[in-house]
Amino acid sequence: MTKQLLLAACLLGFGGTALAEGDAKRGEMLYNVYCSQCHGVKGDGKGVNAAHMAVMPRDHTDTKEMSARTDEELFKVVKLGGKSINKSVLMPAWGRNLADEDIHALVAHLRSLCCKK
Amino acid sequence: MKHLLLVGFTLSLPLAAHAADPAALVQEKCAGCHALAAPDAAAGPAERAQRKAPPLHYAGNKFRRDWLAAWLQKPVRIRPAGVFPPAHAQSTPKGDVVDPAALPPHPALAAAEAEAAADHLMTLKPLEKLVEADRYEPGGIALRMGQMNFGKFKGCDGCHQDTPERGGVSGPELYTAWQRLQPKFISAYIGNPAAWDPHSMMPGAEMNADNVHKLVNYLKAIGEKQ
Repeated sequence: MTKQLLLAACLLGFGGTALAEGDAKRGEMLYNVYCSQCHGVKGDGKGVNAAHMAVMPRDHTDTKEMSARTDEELFKVVKLGGKSINKSVLMPAWGRNLADEDIHALVAHLRSLCCKK
Repeated sequence: MKHLLLVGFTLSLPLAAHAADPAALVQEKCAGCHALAAPDAAAGPAERAQRKAPPLHYAGNKFRRDWLAAWLQKPVRIRPAGVFPPAHAQSTPKGDVVDPAALPPHPALAAAEAEAAADHLMTLKPLEKLVEADRYEPGGIALRMGQMNFGKFKGCDGCHQDTPERGGVSGPELYTAWQRLQPKFISAYIGNPAAWDPHSMMPGAEMNADNVHKLVNYLKAIGEKQ
């Protein structure tokens, strides 16, 4: 019985973190191509475009700010853009450029940037 | 005198050869940096980071021929931070910067070469169906409304400049877009960048055709002021 409970808990645990199970290494490559222009080559929100923007891009190395966002929220804002979570239109929707698995990979990389120091 | 004629003839040979075979000229002058065939979609977005220059395989669907011939003779920078900005960006305490002086300049072609290259590039039209499907017809828009739409409402200014002093630097500047590009290309590209380039760094538009056309009309308005 205990074994079964442990197995069930383990499976539930995997299910609960599925969104963060994207390929972080692929996510790093995608971040460099699609995100770093605004969010910075180090992910600190200071990309080459940032100085020209009315709203500063999110600092993805800010553990406190990023911890307040769920993986589902991060997935949604990448796929559907800033407007989808009542944030700036300067964050575009990437859903027509990137497959869902690519966005999962980006979310995994975001978690590496913010929270694995 | 005979010697002079011979020298003159010899010097003119390369240009004459290029005029006879403009495809060879484009291959020789352009293919070192520009793709002349469609990128391999299966290569994935990592391919985008390897590019030295924009692809030219659909140049005939994209450019205005006379602008192209003139620009090839006197090229000026269109992408303020280069073709792939992360490759040039340096992280500093004040933010990432790209030193324009560190970006490779585009070589200039002699007039006859530029004309021949432009003529050949304009024959490259593999995506004609995307242009034909576009319904854009040039129209007017108040500059102030157009600017608000470009900036505040659509956020294009995050990556693109609509004046030499305003806007992001990762995308091509757009204050000369109307002079450079065919109107329906602008419209069709904004509407679906990935249809033109599977690894485009331009996000797909979340807007209907009317809103795309308003943006194109703004580029027309600012382009005609240049």
